[in-house]
Amino acid sequence: MTSLLALEFPPVSHLLEWPDFALKGNEYLAFNKITLLSVLAMLLSLAVIWFGARKAQLIPTRGQTVAESVVEFVRENVVMQTMGAAGLPWMPFLVSVFLFIFFCNIFEIIPFIQMPVTARMAIPATLAIVVWVLYNVVGIKKQGLGGYLKASLLPPGVPKPLLPLVMLIEFVSTFLIRPFSLAVRLFANMLAGHLLLVTFAVLTAAVWSATPLALIVPVTFVTLVALTMFEVLVAVLQAFIFTILTAVYINLASHADH
Amino acid sequence: MILALVQILAQAATEVGTQAGELVDGLSAIGAGIGYGAAAIGPGIGIGLVVGNAITAMARQPEAAGMVRTTMFLGIAFTEALALIGFVVFILINFA
Repeated sequence: MTSLLALEFPPVSHLLEWPDFALKGNEYLAFNKITLLSVLAMLLSLAVIWFGARKAQLIPTRGQTVAESVVEFVRENVVMQTMGAAGLPWMPFLVSVFLFIFFCNIFEIIPFIQMPVTARMAIPATLAIVVWVLYNVVGIKKQGLGGYLKASLLPPGVPKPLLPLVMLIEFVSTFLIRPFSLAVRLFANMLAGHLLLVTFAVLTAAVWSATPLALIVPVTFVTLVALTMFEVLVAVLQAFIFTILTAVYINLASHADH
Repeated sequence: MILALVQILAQAATEVGTQAGELVDGLSAIGAGIGYGAAAIGPGIGIGLVVGNAITAMARQPEAAGMVRTTMFLGIAFTEALALIGFVVFILINFA
């Protein structure tokens, strides 16, 4: 699409859209690389917990150590910091969300796969809708419909004349912006990372030639490797942020006192 | 200033006799670039403030570092959203 120094950058659709390879033509069940990878991410997260918890011992085996460190990370850094001990029943859900998003993200840097599943809007959007339904149901269950609406729409200490405006703003931010930004945050981070890696990979391949341009191959290649390591950090961080925001929203919905 | 720039570019393009479609493409690319740049300013400052204050807090009270770090990531996540929406708009304008 654009070219710089005769460098052909592939159009974005070539980087994100994959042809169906099973159930072709079926609008809802067609299977492509993204679908396959998301199923794989689900199986991997199941496997981590399954092989970690099966035959749990006092002196942990290797698989058990991995599973335990994931669970402990979520418990210490997400649940205890945002919900306190009262949030411990939410652990299974939060650990599954964390593991699933992490595996979806980490496909970005696995050789020969190199496609973050979360860089397609469908998966972040579905996860955000699940979280949205969940925290609304929790809020209505814990505080009743009226109480929940009052707690989320009427911040205490607002002057009367401003109330309609404040209620409108609170409604938009709680029920519309929250799920939207939750989905877009994950999606845009992974899309940006993917495009960044593609850019430097294409650049490295283009300067790898018999011209004087080959002199900058070390620069572009080292940048590519450094960015790949940075993307590992981003993959973990985005899974962590999605989980922690889920915990915060559930916590906000289950208490009236904010 | 931007308006004047766009007008000059539009005039130049019509004088050369470029197709209208290409003109729209070029102008939307300019708009997307300026838009993304503008969208990155605020969150950049905001994340700087969040992380800077978090580091101050951690240096003063190392025993509260865990809590501060969690809150810092929360703050970054909220601040960063605007820049990311800018990035998505950039992609939408340029490629969609």
